[in-house]
Amino acid sequence: MIKQAIKKSWRVFKTSLPITAGILLIINLLNVFLQDWYGKIFTGNALIDPLIGALAGSVSFGIPLTSYIVGGELLLQGISLLVVTAFIMAWSTVGVVMLPLEAMYLGKRFAFARNGINFIFSIIIAILAIYTLNIFNGI
Amino acid sequence: MEFNNIKNKPKKKNSGGIKFFLIALIVYGISFLFNAEITKTAFANFLQMIWKIIPILMVVFFFMVLINLYFTEERIKKYFGRQSGVKSWIYAIISGILISGPPYILYPLLGELKKHGMKNSLLAVFLYNRNVKIPFIPVMIYYFGLGFTVIMSFYIIAFSILNGVLVEKIAKPPRNK
Repeated sequence: MIKQAIKKSWRVFKTSLPITAGILLIINLLNVFLQDWYGKIFTGNALIDPLIGALAGSVSFGIPLTSYIVGGELLLQGISLLVVTAFIMAWSTVGVVMLPLEAMYLGKRFAFARNGINFIFSIIIAILAIYTLNIFNGI
Repeated sequence: MEFNNIKNKPKKKNSGGIKFFLIALIVYGISFLFNAEITKTAFANFLQMIWKIIPILMVVFFFMVLINLYFTEERIKKYFGRQSGVKSWIYAIISGILISGPPYILYPLLGELKKHGMKNSLLAVFLYNRNVKIPFIPVMIYYFGLGFTVIMSFYIIAFSILNGVLVEKIAKPPRNK
């Protein structure tokens, strides 16, 4: 029983580790090149910034764990929590890469409806989460 | 039945992951030819990041083993057998949180459940709650803090219900009059 659980967990790990490492490699390279541009891309607009974050998250792939690590590092680069939240939400809820697979097993209408709604939700949740966090931090 | 057919897929995906990692390394190689200093800095940052996340990954692995030990695919099938009422929504939320696995494993499983009558709303709720992953919570707390993690988990669970309702309405095939 425990052997099976370890095996299954290791399988997920083994699959996601090279993808995670690959994404982190690319993110670090992009960070070095783009760090001076972040200020121009993200202007502080409460709607456009999370929209860009959600778009980036939608086309990214990998387990949510990777998105937390990438998001955490982007935060350290000075990108706002609002953008990072939309990014990590879209990363794990919107699967552009996995859309054909989802449509194949669960139906086209289901896959498109779910991903479309999730994209909008990732922006709404990001705004709500930051708003709520600010309220709690203000108390 | 369908589980047997998809047994080879993880291997395929795994090799895809390694390919992706190799492509990233090739990108570094090309970047090194153009700007060695920047590439070295990026690679040093990458190594630092990996070193930092190794202990977190060990915690994640431990939690994953625990979840996989107690929450098997057979159990989720059993729980989703009860299709109606509030209970099924609660099962969908809890299962989504507890079941781990990549989409290419879960979609065939859910496809099979859909064939057996599982509603679109419950499928959507299940998939949405995959974002509240207990093994990954320590990582989220590490990077974003406990307050953020609690708030996010709350919103994901709350919005998963709305998600289920909307997907059910939109994904429903139009009736022929």
